[in-house]
Amino acid sequence: MTLLEMAGQLQLKTIHCTEEGVSVTGCYIGDLLSLVMSRAQEGQAWLTVQTNINIIAVAVLTGVSCVIVTEGMEIPEETAQKAAEQGVSLFHSEKPSYQLACELVALL
Amino acid sequence: MNNNIITLHYDIDGTNFTIAGQASSNIKKVLKQLGVDPAIIRRTAISMYEGEINTVIHGKGGVADIYISPDQIRIVFTDHGPGIADIEKAMQEGFSTASAEARELGFGAGMGLPNMKKYADALNIESTPGEGTTVELIINIHS
Repeated sequence: MTLLEMAGQLQLKTIHCTEEGVSVTGCYIGDLLSLVMSRAQEGQAWLTVQTNINIIAVAVLTGVSCVIVTEGMEIPEETAQKAAEQGVSLFHSEKPSYQLACELVALL
Repeated sequence: MNNNIITLHYDIDGTNFTIAGQASSNIKKVLKQLGVDPAIIRRTAISMYEGEINTVIHGKGGVADIYISPDQIRIVFTDHGPGIADIEKAMQEGFSTASAEARELGFGAGMGLPNMKKYADALNIESTPGEGTTVELIINIHS
């Protein structure tokens, strides 16, 4: 499933989408950046309530396909800017991480 | 000495969380360009990012020197922060002295050094309380 298809099916708000054709291979939920760094796998969609700018560095380093900020947490402008700068796809959802993960997995 | 060594140097700002991760991201790009195995790049990126964050949170800033040879990646973080009083304790997963601010940002779970130990082939720490800390990470390219 591509990022574009996923964003459409899950009704995500696109903050920045670098390559719409990138494949989403799975899902990882986590808010503790050290844990995310060591556990998230390349290609997964990373669901988190963290919105600070460091999530973009973690996304780059782990190679996740995108970051989805859940629970309607507000994304600071500097995080959105950094996502565009670093070419990280960033989405936003009002739904809780677990619910969104269930919906995402059903699509894969 | 092997003359096929790429040397890189980064200053790590101790007051700015937003810059943390930049050196690691750059190293990841360099290693990709060099055609290093993706699993090794991942281990390097994770351990180096933890080192960068530690240098910001605990070291109050410092420098990172990276030496890439055909056989290994060596990363040395040097700071002049408060130092580590008990290195053995600092190595325990879950032990942290990070600030509330760092915790709010998703750090300070006491996983930094354990992650570095897990993902690097060697981790050497030298620290003098009141003077600073040097952390050396070695990742073998050919094991």
